[in-house]
Amino acid sequence: MFSLESFVDLPLIWYGLIATAIFLYVLLDGFDLGVGILFPFAPSDSCRNRMMNSIAPFWDGNETWLVLGGGGLFAAFPLAYAILMPALYMPVILMLLGLIFRGVAFEFRFKATGKSRKFWEYSFHFGSLAATFMQGMVLGAFVQGVKVQGRSFAGGAFDWLNAYSVMVGMALVFGYALLGATWLIIKTDGITQDWARKCAGYVLGYVGIFLGLVSLSMPMMNTDVKALWFSLPNIFYLLPIPVSTFVMFVMIWRGLHKGKEYLPFFLSIGVFLTGYLGLGISLWPWLVPFNVSFRQAAAAPESQSFLLVGTAVMLPLVLGYVAYSYYVFRGKTSDEALY
Amino acid sequence: MIEKFDPVLLSRIQFAFTISFHIIFPAFTIGLASWLAVLEWRWLKTGNTVYEDVYRMWVKIFAVTFGMGVVSGVVMSFQFGTNWSVFSDRAGNVLGPLLGYEVLTAFFLEASFLGVMLFGWNRVSPKMHFAATVIVALGTLISAFWILSANSWMQTPQGYRVGTEGLLYPTDWIKIIFNPSFPYRFLHMVTASYLTTAFVVGGIGAYYLLRNRHVKHARVMLGMAMIMAIFVAPIQAGMGDLHGLNTLKHQPAKVAAMEGIWDTEHGAALKLFGWPDQEEEKTKYAIEIPKLSSLILTHDLNGEVKGLKEWPKDERPPVAWVFWSFRAMVGIGVLMIITGVTAAILFLRKQLFTKRWFQLWCMAMTPSGFVAVLAGWFVTEIGRQPYIVYGVMRTAETVSPVMGSQVALSLLAFIFSYVFVFGAGSYYILRLIGKGPGVLEKAYGTHGVKEPPILTDLTSETGGKHV
Ligand code: HDD
Ligand code: HEM
Ligand code: HEM
Repeated sequence: MFSLESFVDLPLIWYGLIATAIFLYVLLDGFDLGVGILFPFAPSDSCRNRMMNSIAPFWDGNETWLVLGGGGLFAAFPLAYAILMPALYMPVILMLLGLIFRGVAFEFRFKATGKSRKFWEYSFHFGSLAATFMQGMVLGAFVQGVKVQGRSFAGGAFDWLNAYSVMVGMALVFGYALLGATWLIIKTDGITQDWARKCAGYVLGYVGIFLGLVSLSMPMMNTDVKALWFSLPNIFYLLPIPVSTFVMFVMIWRGLHKGKEYLPFFLSIGVFLTGYLGLGISLWPWLVPFNVSFRQAAAAPESQSFLLVGTAVMLPLVLGYVAYSYYVFRGKTSDEALY
Repeated sequence: MIEKFDPVLLSRIQFAFTISFHIIFPAFTIGLASWLAVLEWRWLKTGNTVYEDVYRMWVKIFAVTFGMGVVSGVVMSFQFGTNWSVFSDRAGNVLGPLLGYEVLTAFFLEASFLGVMLFGWNRVSPKMHFAATVIVALGTLISAFWILSANSWMQTPQGYRVGTEGLLYPTDWIKIIFNPSFPYRFLHMVTASYLTTAFVVGGIGAYYLLRNRHVKHARVMLGMAMIMAIFVAPIQAGMGDLHGLNTLKHQPAKVAAMEGIWDTEHGAALKLFGWPDQEEEKTKYAIEIPKLSSLILTHDLNGEVKGLKEWPKDERPPVAWVFWSFRAMVGIGVLMIITGVTAAILFLRKQLFTKRWFQLWCMAMTPSGFVAVLAGWFVTEIGRQPYIVYGVMRTAETVSPVMGSQVALSLLAFIFSYVFVFGAGSYYILRLIGKGPGVLEKAYGTHGVKEPPILTDLTSETGGKHV
């Protein structure tokens, strides 16, 4: 049977692909969830219209990366999918419910009038907030490790719930809010933009604090991670990650004050990227921390090969037309009256 | 108390509940997307703005439905893992790639071009807009292709081998994708979606005609819907017949349940109605047509039809569900054919758009497609129990190691949220229908364009201001 096993390192490629898909999800849905998080705080109703307009053509595509992340995990690492989903049962279900309430709000809000319109605005906000917070909790629970016996999850129903995961949840709320605010700086002008810039400034501070807390507590909780980051000579190789993060923070701060439009958004992406890299390094090579490595969880080579062929063909195409749709809806939302 | 919740039963109810809600939306959007593509083509070709108005009305309904389809679908893609993790682990090698292909070839396509279709009006050329509509329509069909391939493989698995610890490994992808029941299921489902859409559209058209509103538009709706009914409803029945023969070959126990036959018979009668009793192992109060069942299933008046008693009790599906769902589906199929024939006769007499009783009838048929689709899936899915992968893996042994109480909670949450959210969605759709084509359209219809930003506020309470 057809297999690429002897030509390439399939599990490694898939590990990279899934990691990329999840990262793209975090960025793309991150900014539109972030817009939802900031939504009720906007100064006026027209600001809110514009905020919604700025993401309405994209949210579905953005969320599809989540389906690719989940579906890809199922396809390429079924064992990891089968262990993680029951382990994270409640936060995953709550995230899905949040995504439902925010997803339908895009259409419903413009159909509703009066009180019910307010309702869908809050549904959009709290749905986004809940989904984000739950994603953070999932991440927090994930990095702390999952109990496994044989090929199944063996922990309790509330293993995912503790102070650390709550903290990561809050960190992600601020992180997405930063992406959302900086996205709005690009897509709007006038008072909406001024407000978004102010928001980005506040949120940036919180992101810094939480990023520090989360990064420091990780090695404190886990001695392997500590050894990895703080031993010689590793510390020199790894130093660029925290340092570049710090530099980017400063640049975002200055960019916000100098009225730069694109820089804060792209540097916020940079901050997410370094954070993600740091996480990846700490957790390498675990896919179900600290029990199942990505090699152990890999699907049969025949399965990974079959999907890899399709991915090699489709992914560039997908990226192409995703880029096209962002191109079609380029520019300020207000100038071109999206709705 | 807590142990009383059975995770298997609750997970099954939850899965059945969420997928039943989900399928309602694709069943409608698959058909609607194709129809919208046809409408836009007619409009570009003829320049007749009636088509444009109809398009702009239905594209809004499409957007609402599609949005609900997406959010309920995202739930589905996680449920294999949350509730059926043992199944995910064992069957992942085979099913994972199929679902992966669905995401890569269909979901991204739909999602990206949906934006252009809804909001791109003046940002892209009319041709490009039309292309976006066609691509979205194609996307829905590709999506159905992969998911039905996955489902059909679970019904009629082939091209795999069983390894250690019950893990399944693929041996032949072509055999997996094009498994024996797939072509039938795919075609039957696509035509089912087209019919479902046709009867919704036709019912709304009939309603406008009855009320004497939007008459030009209503004629387009009812007319096109009836063309669909005339030609596709019989095809659907024929395809269903073939589908049934295929099932007889691969899942005879399901067919025995559909027919309510317990003892293997030659020249079996067709039971029109009756009450299958699982305990007493017979179908009570049956009204029968002699020999017809054998004729349909074996194309021979005295052909042999296997009865449920051929299988041990723990390998029989819940018969009453299958039996009744099947009758609901086929009954509606027959009504659809009758509707088509009637429409053809009325058309030849030039009365299609004027007969009041026919308008009322079409209105009554509006939800029929949804009922038939759900009934059909109940037949398919309940009829294959107790297996999740037919003959290979039992549903009960593949449940996740989660507590029953957890599943009970999530099920409750799903029920409340779905009923509320999708209820609201249906209400907004009804309101859009109430408004009809060609009225206030511009607030939403021209998303994107022509007008200055003030338009963004048309729906706001404050009336809207430049900011
Ligand atoms: C508008 C919807 C609709 C209508 C009018 C019909 N069906 Fe159907 N049927 C479906 C919608 C559907 C479905 C929802 O699409 C199913 C469920 C699974 C599938 O592939 O198609 C289905 C399944 C299904 C099955 C189950 C096959 C299996 O899984 O083993 C059979 C035997 C038939 N159909 C037969 C018929 C016949 C003889 C019909 C004659 C009038 C008919 N259907 C009308
Ligand atoms: C879309 C229309 C569908 C409907 C309405 C539907 C309905 C149902 C119902 C009612 C059950 C419960 C059967 C029982 O427990 O007795 C079920 C089971 C199941 N279905 Fe479907 N189904 C659909 C499509 C699919 C598809 C496309 C897949 C997979 C790719 C699928 C996978 C399953 C699985 C894994 C089960 C087993 C779990 C269980 O028994 O509840 N279904 N479905
Ligand atoms: C267990 C089975 C199923 C799963 C896991 C599933 C998964 C999904 C997901 C994740 C989406 C959202 C895609 C997006 O983000 O754009 C979706 C939408 C969709 N699904 Fe399903 N689905 C299932 C059953 C079905 C069935 C049986 C059909 C059709 C025969 C179907 C057809 C569609 C279509 C056409 C869409 C596009 C949205 C819409 O039209 O409403 N799905 N599905």
